[in-house]
Order: sequence, then C-alpha cells, then structure tokens
Amino acid sequence: MNWTFFHKLSSPRWFYEISGRWLPWMAILAALMMATGLIWGLLFAPPDYLQGNSYRIIFLHVPTSFLASAVYVMMAMAGAVTLIWRIKLADMALKSMAPIGASFCFLSLATGAIWGKPTWGTWWVWDARLTSMLILLFLYLGVIALRGAIRGTGAQARACAILTLVGVVNIPIIKYSVEWWNTLHQGATLTLTEKPSMAPEMLYPLLISIAAFYLFFLVVMLVRLRTEILEREAKTRWVREAIASQ
Amino acid sequence: MSMSATSGKIASNPSRESLNGRRAFLFLIRRDLTLAFRTPGQTLNPVAFYLMVASLFPMGIAPQKEVLSQLAGGIVWIGALLAVLLSLDSLFKSDHDDGSLEQLLLSPHPLPLLVLAKVVAHWLTTGVALLLMAPVLGLMLHLPAQAFPALFLTLLIGTPLMSLTGAIGAALTVRVQRGGVLLTLLSLPLYIPTLIFGTGAIQNAMAGMPYTGHLLWMGALLMAGLCLAPLAIAGALRVVVDG
Repeated sequence: MNWTFFHKLSSPRWFYEISGRWLPWMAILAALMMATGLIWGLLFAPPDYLQGNSYRIIFLHVPTSFLASAVYVMMAMAGAVTLIWRIKLADMALKSMAPIGASFCFLSLATGAIWGKPTWGTWWVWDARLTSMLILLFLYLGVIALRGAIRGTGAQARACAILTLVGVVNIPIIKYSVEWWNTLHQGATLTLTEKPSMAPEMLYPLLISIAAFYLFFLVVMLVRLRTEILEREAKTRWVREAIASQ
Repeated sequence: MSMSATSGKIASNPSRESLNGRRAFLFLIRRDLTLAFRTPGQTLNPVAFYLMVASLFPMGIAPQKEVLSQLAGGIVWIGALLAVLLSLDSLFKSDHDDGSLEQLLLSPHPLPLLVLAKVVAHWLTTGVALLLMAPVLGLMLHLPAQAFPALFLTLLIGTPLMSLTGAIGAALTVRVQRGGVLLTLLSLPLYIPTLIFGTGAIQNAMAGMPYTGHLLWMGALLMAGLCLAPLAIAGALRVVVDG
C-alpha cells in the first residue's frame, strides 16, 4: 500500500498549508449548516406531543453529547499514533482537541441539566448516563492537567497519549450505560441500524445540527492546531517565512 | 499463596531466562515487603486513614443505626478507595528519589513484570490490610449481616484492581512535585466503574438478591487490568523517567 499521503499529512508544514486552504470554506459551511439546523429546529420544527417546546434543546444537547465522546475517541486515536509512529502532529492534534472536548462535555451536561429540570423535575440525577458523562469530563480534565504538570514536549506527548488510551475504556461504559442500567435517561435518540423513531420534521434539523457541530469542531480544532504548529515549529525557516509573508 | 506456587515451579524450570525473570519478580516483592515492614508506621498510615474516614461518616451524617446500615457498604468502599489512593502516591516516588527506579528501568528483565511485582507488593501491604479491616468497619457501621460476604468478596477483587489502575496514575505523576492532587484527578475516573460494581453488589446482597453478575464483571475488569495495566505502567515510567 502506498503510504506517502500519510507521511505527507504528518508533516506539520504541509498540513499547515493545506489546512489554511480548507479552513475558510469549512468555516463558511459550518456557519451555514449551524444556522440552518438551529433556526429550523428552534423555530420551525413542530413541538413535541409530550414535552411541548422544551424538547428543542435536543438540537444542542444531542450534538454536544455526540462530540463529547467522539472527540475523546479521536484523541485516543491520536494518542495511539503518537505512541506507535512518534508523529509530532498527532500530539499537537491531541493537545488542541482536549479543551474542545472538555467544553463539549460540559455543554452536554449543562444542556442536559436545563432539559432535565422541566421534564424530570430535577437538574441532576445520579443516573448511569449522566454520571458516566461526568466521569468523561474528569478524564478530559486529567489529560489537560497532566500536560501542564510534565516538563518536556516529548514526555508530555507520550504521557498524555498513555493516559488517553487508558481512559478510553470508559467510552464503551458510557455508550452502553443506558442499556446496561435501566435508569431515568432515555435510550439513544438516534441509532445507525434502526429506523429513526422521530418524526422527519424533527429528525432532519437534528441531523443537520449534528453535522454542523462536527464541522464547527473541525474548524475550531484546525485553528488551534495551526497555532500549535506555528508555536512548536517557530524555529524553522518556513514558519518565519510564512509569518513574514502575512 | 502465589509465591509458593511459583517458587515450586522454579526448581523444575530449565529455562534460565524465565527463571531469572521469575526470581527478579519474587525478589522485588520481597524487597518491597521488607521495606514496608521496616517502616511499619508509614505502612499502617493508610489503614489508620481508612478507619478515620469511615468513622467521620457517623459523626458527619447521622449516628442512627437505620441510616448507617443503608450507607455502610458505600462508606467502606469509598474509604478503601481513598486509602489506596493515599498510599499510591509513594509507590514509585521513594524509588525514584533514591535512584532504584532507574535501576529497575535499566534491568534486563521485562519492565511490565517488575512493575507488576511492585503492584503486588503494594496490594499485599495496603490492600490486604484494608480487606481485613473492612468487616470491622462494617460492624461499626451496622452493615446488615447478609451483606458481609459481598463486602469481603467485592473488596477482595476490587483492591488489587484499584492498586493496578492507580499505579498508572502514580507512574505518570512520579516526577511531579506535590503530585497527589493530580494523581487523584487521574485515578478517580478509572476507579468509578469498580466502585459502581462493588457497591452495586453490596446493595443487591442487602436486598437478598444475587450479586454474582457484579462479581463476574469485576473479575473481568481485574483480568483486563492484570493484562494491560502493567504495560501502561511500564510505558508511563519509561516516558516520565527517561523524558
């Protein structure tokens, strides 16, 4: 198999240049989709027969919850790449993803609490899904704190990669918590294998906002990653030329 | 138990390489146990801590028998968890301070095996003591009689698991000044599944329901931990100490 694309992709300089070309388009697309999904969902989708208008927070809650665990899995993959191939770019990606994932995790908990108050009558319950999401937030904070505590970029990179990989055992627990423990939180809203139980007028804006949040994540991640590349490669000639030409 | 079983095999094993690895494993356990017995005060600190944490709950919440018997399982478990965490901070730190950790890293024996020996020694000095204390605390907290087997069995599986997963955090923070808080932040998320299964089993036993399922889950986690945690600990030590 031809692996040159992989090596090319792992070169910070090449990545910096190509991502600079993609970024504006992705940002525009993310903004458009975010606007479409949220305006459709919040203003035009019909109210739920049971929950009235309060269900509308689903258009924020589901995408942030999706991303909270998806970002952790991506971080674990970046961690594996760091450990196996010692690719610097993977660690830069891991570093720039961690605070974004933590924010999504926090937002997911916050929107869940706001949704929980009118529907369950309480801000918080010690339910399996909620608790495991809180653990995920602790995992993110641990990865961020560990990087701050260790000196030396190489040691930071590999230590964070190990911790992220160890923490990934919690992801399946979060994923299946709703099925294993029968508790207050409802089952998964969307599954790939089954026919959606939602009305299409609600489902389409939800799918659009999920895609929009993924794009938004990519945009924010790329911005952070590009800054990180510039910072770590500050001594190279191409960075000085790139900055001088701006 | 495991020591006599493995030393029986040493005599019959012709392979010099594995013989050395096994002897290094046993010597390291014996060294850590000797060190622990020479400083009994330090070794018993986590046990005293355990007793104190558990006795704070009746004073802080309610001394009534009905309330306490409901909470007892959880209190004993959380106390054990915090005591293990407290003792883990020094697992690799004293070895790092006197340079013997570097000798371990340099030794020709597989590092995962050596760190497993350190974890086993840690469990023998801390986990077993906590395990033996747990029924006493259960009595003090009025744990219902039918829950005692569950309490003992869950802690029997749970304490080695806590030593294994916590050692990953201890290895990652070995060179961090005042890394205790960071160790807590790294290790507690990994302890939570164990805590849920452990206290779940005790709740079931109190309600007179079977709890084998919980024990099997914990056993599965312990097996996974025994296989994977030494690799992670060894990797973390290599990264953090070598830089």
